[in-house]
Amino acid sequence: MGRTLAEKVWEQHVVRRAEGEPDLLFIDLHLIHEVTSPQAFDGLRMAGRPVRRPDLTIATEDHNVPTIRGPISDPVSRAQVETLRKNTAEFGIRLHPMGDAGQGVVHIIGPQFGLTQPGMTIVCGDSHTSTHGAFGGIAFGIGTSEVEHVLATQTLPAYRPKTMAIEVKGALPYGVTAKDLILAIIAQIGTGGGQGYIVEYRGEAIRALSMEGRMTVCNMSIEAGARAGLIAPDETTFNYLKGRPHAPEDAAWDQAVEYWKTLRTDDDAVFDKVVEIDAATLSPFVTWGTNPGQGAPLSSVVPAPEQFGDPIERSSAERALEYMGLTAGTRLTDVEVDTVFVGSCTNGRLEDLRAAAEILQGRQVRTRTLIVPGSMMVKLQAEAEGLHEVFRAAGAEWREAGCSMCLGMNPDILAPGERSASTSNRNFEGRQGKGGRTHLVSPQVAAATAVTGKLTAPADLV
Amino acid sequence: MDAFVTHTGTAVPLRRSNVDTDQIIPAVWLKQVSRTGFEKGLFAAWREDPSFVLNDPAYSGASILVSGPDFGTGSSREHAVWALQQYGFRAVIAARFGDIFRNNSTKMGLLPVILSPEAVETLQKAIEADPATEITVDLSERQVRAVGEAWSFEIDDYTRWRLLEGLDDIGLTLRHADAITAYESERQPWLPKTA
Ligand code: SF4
Repeated sequence: MGRTLAEKVWEQHVVRRAEGEPDLLFIDLHLIHEVTSPQAFDGLRMAGRPVRRPDLTIATEDHNVPTIRGPISDPVSRAQVETLRKNTAEFGIRLHPMGDAGQGVVHIIGPQFGLTQPGMTIVCGDSHTSTHGAFGGIAFGIGTSEVEHVLATQTLPAYRPKTMAIEVKGALPYGVTAKDLILAIIAQIGTGGGQGYIVEYRGEAIRALSMEGRMTVCNMSIEAGARAGLIAPDETTFNYLKGRPHAPEDAAWDQAVEYWKTLRTDDDAVFDKVVEIDAATLSPFVTWGTNPGQGAPLSSVVPAPEQFGDPIERSSAERALEYMGLTAGTRLTDVEVDTVFVGSCTNGRLEDLRAAAEILQGRQVRTRTLIVPGSMMVKLQAEAEGLHEVFRAAGAEWREAGCSMCLGMNPDILAPGERSASTSNRNFEGRQGKGGRTHLVSPQVAAATAVTGKLTAPADLV
Repeated sequence: MDAFVTHTGTAVPLRRSNVDTDQIIPAVWLKQVSRTGFEKGLFAAWREDPSFVLNDPAYSGASILVSGPDFGTGSSREHAVWALQQYGFRAVIAARFGDIFRNNSTKMGLLPVILSPEAVETLQKAIEADPATEITVDLSERQVRAVGEAWSFEIDDYTRWRLLEGLDDIGLTLRHADAITAYESERQPWLPKTA
């Protein structure tokens, strides 16, 4: 019987297999940032262990960094960033600090450098590591104990998850994006729907996505409960990689591409579960609640909790509406927002900024609008194209690279009760600042919303 | 890591689903570089509400958390596990857990116990009716016992053994250093290096 892509990549990385034990998996790339690593380095020091493969490890500063130029004013944040600098220096790990041209959100810089390649195993102490699966590898988030384990051994003991196929048939209608697609998928299968699975996104609509769009989709796999999501590599993948600083060159490139082409699910392979989605039925999507599964088409209304048959979902919807300050039956396009955030590892890439700029071109924003490039390189490219001038002319703020308003660890936060339209990935209570209310949207919807001050689809802009 | 064999204690009912790790420990608490002091940040936002169950003196001293489904979804922050442990919890019982949280827990010796929604409901009712109700979480027998009933739970043999013995994963893996070296010598030549 044939094998799925995930099974092929997994098997390729088994260092040791023994009856009744998890597989010992080799890790090709370990990404590090300041938040989940300090205690891991402490652990190494206490045990007197070195980092086994500093040459397969790379670090950046992202979660705590301010996006307005200047030093970190919060002493606790600063201490954490300084700890990373000290640790990476001591253990010989490459670091891209604030201000460096290679700095950025950890999941943006890996692909940008060409370090993320098909068929690899990639981990990071961050749940959105699933982003890197867009290149056809297995990439997943780990906790600090596992960060220490990978630093010490370059391996992880793990049981292979089951496999799920999400088949997206047909083509996305004009104006419907990768973000809308993944939000719709999560709303359909639920925040626990992918649990215990590696999800392979397949089908015509997935093939048609750019690498950026594929990363947006894979990024949010974790929000459906899946540890990892992946997409088979193809010409789109190879074209994206070619010529990047760490991509193979010359003969090695040809050899690599030959191997990468074998990285696809065999026709006779069987998935443990298959979910089908009809792309043609989708439209711009937005969340109304406090988990990413609580979403609906932007053209619909805030649902009534009684609509949910399951008592747990019902009470969760009740709580969510209360927290969000929303009334059932309100049209989503009537919901007024205070702040718009375009950025994060979900939608902080050049393509996302271009999409937002296209809508903001020649228009004025009515809300506080933060445009935050996912990395310094994205920032420089955007500026080379003049996007920053479009944003500024529209009245939006053009910021330095970092996680920014994706989570409340840096100065970019919502005030209690404030409402945002955000291109990030989590609408959890307080995620963007205590008491803040988050609606997850695509960059296009975010930009249109900034113009009107209410949740708005670009097609509805006059 | 702390070994876990069997534990008996009182329990707190947390009647919420999708308790994500941002709720368990909000992001501002993640700026610490040490491994201690996280108990103060446990459910920090919810604890500001005087009616939140952890603020009910009847449940002080409880060491088991009985939660709605999908406990520990979201971020990979192990700080969530540290916060629960440092607050005094030894086990969390729920019908379903976020994968990374569950994994992190077993690395630290906080036992995540998966029971059926019905069993969770029975336990929650019992501890709501009488907060002094004791629950026994018995890893060696893979069983939860309370109010005269017993429920079996599943956990793979390897993880169970590691928890029972309190074994450090890294030490176990380093016993296979030769296998890692052998694997490294066969990796594809084009694979990227950061340095
Ligand atoms: S952008 Fe948001 S989700 Fe991505 S790594 Fe930063 S904090 Fe995490």
